[in-house]
Amino acid sequence: MSTMIAPAREAVRAADRVAAARQRVSIGETLGQTLMMAWRALKKMRRNPEQFFDVALQPILFTAMFAFIFGGAIAGDVESYLPQMIPGILAQTVLTTCMATGTQLREDMEKGVFDRFKSLPIARIAPLAGPMVADLLRYTIAATLTFTMGLVLGYRPGGGAGGVLAAILLAIFTGWSLAWVFTWVGTIARSAQAVQGISMMILFPLTFLSNAFVPVETLPDWLAAFVRINPVSHLVTAARDLANSALVSGEVAWTLLACLTVIAIFAPLSVRSYKRHM
Amino acid sequence: MLATLLKIDAGRAEIFGVDVAGNPHVIRQLVGVTGQYASVDENLTARENLWLFSRLQGIAAPRARRIATELLGQFGLEEAAGKPIAQFSGGMRRRLDLAASLITRPPLIFLDEPTTGLDPRTRGQMWDTIRGLVANGCTVLLTTQYLDEADQLADRVAVIDHGRKVAEGTPDELKTAVGNSALQLLLADPGDAPAAVEVVRRVLGSDPIVSPERGRLNVALDQADLAADVLIALRTAGVSISSVSVAKPSLDEVFLALTGRETGRDDETGTEENR
Repeated sequence: MSTMIAPAREAVRAADRVAAARQRVSIGETLGQTLMMAWRALKKMRRNPEQFFDVALQPILFTAMFAFIFGGAIAGDVESYLPQMIPGILAQTVLTTCMATGTQLREDMEKGVFDRFKSLPIARIAPLAGPMVADLLRYTIAATLTFTMGLVLGYRPGGGAGGVLAAILLAIFTGWSLAWVFTWVGTIARSAQAVQGISMMILFPLTFLSNAFVPVETLPDWLAAFVRINPVSHLVTAARDLANSALVSGEVAWTLLACLTVIAIFAPLSVRSYKRHM
Repeated sequence: MLATLLKIDAGRAEIFGVDVAGNPHVIRQLVGVTGQYASVDENLTARENLWLFSRLQGIAAPRARRIATELLGQFGLEEAAGKPIAQFSGGMRRRLDLAASLITRPPLIFLDEPTTGLDPRTRGQMWDTIRGLVANGCTVLLTTQYLDEADQLADRVAVIDHGRKVAEGTPDELKTAVGNSALQLLLADPGDAPAAVEVVRRVLGSDPIVSPERGRLNVALDQADLAADVLIALRTAGVSISSVSVAKPSLDEVFLALTGRETGRDDETGTEENR
């Protein structure tokens, strides 16, 4: 082992450092730091491939399962159910994927490295936003696999490749926006298990009380009223129109509006509660 | 709090003339923190850790690479550079952690018990590193439970007992405040300890520190001459002694005298090393 004497570089002068210090983080620096954090999260994913289990298995499993269970009952046969169901599964998988964002953030925050992130002169949002950028990869995998599985079962989207791609992009963006909710839960909850529990409670009503798997007309009025305002319903309808008939409907606008609202509320909330945790 | 990890709830603090609460971003550029628990990323290798922390602090890629190599060399971690931290020993993590704090060569470094749980050789290396930092003009604020460490490294020592500073000064000042020298007595018969305490109290007017299980007494003296008085009084009282030494008090005795208790498990000594 070599000696550990610090190098004989030029002496450190406190006064010079004070003068050279920057007052605040610029937008460019924030972006750069977020990308570095994303790089870290990607490295982490590569070293823990089990993180891909949910995004890989869930679309395959759920698509096959739901198609055969509900297909006959709801649409008469599996094939005519697929155009209705695949966008529903798309929404569901993307939402489940973003739930993991909060759980993992909580786990991460309990580790020592977050103490260092806090002590570094970096934008407070970077440690939160970085992993979310890396998660875009997970959404892409989940969404692509859902459609692939649909194709295998005999789904032939009328909207063509362009329509499907648009539906996937919309779903990814929605997942990414809603992930801010779970990030916020991640910063307020006491443990990773708590995050998981709370997230489930948010997620289940959102996905199942929507038009993802059953037509709204079959529901009682009071439930139908909630289903119609549920943002997940908007996403599902928008994705159906895009994938099945390449139609950019007003639902797309509603979905995007809901997403932006969620980001506007929960991104600042997350950063604030993360700061308070310090 | 000073490192902006916690919010300041009362009062005001300045580091190098910069208000801590008002300019946290500036403070973070001036201060390096190394915690008790190594705050490095377990999922990355040593080199990737240093690279990440350099890049986050706006150091350009080629320079970040150079700094990483330099620091790994300095801390004897070249061979482990490509290994994930999960495989590192405690000492290696601690060294990497300190290396990560030194990337931007901050003028003030907080070290929270940097040598707790390290073997004597690694501790010696850590001490050398700390001395090197100070030689380079850094101010190091170090907390430790090992008073020997404070004695070795620190220019100024603050003794903290239950969250309150009970004394501050150079190690010599603190020792002098407790007494110029200490008389250490080993009784031939540990059962004589109460009698010996009685004698010391009569002669000096103060209580010695007793370790009853081995019959060891530690007596603080204002003047080394008084040692003879104590010894004569003991002989007169019929307490026999198996060994005697007179020494300058150690910081341990300072600590015990200041906190007034035999054991101080929850207490920490903050030491500060200035250039």
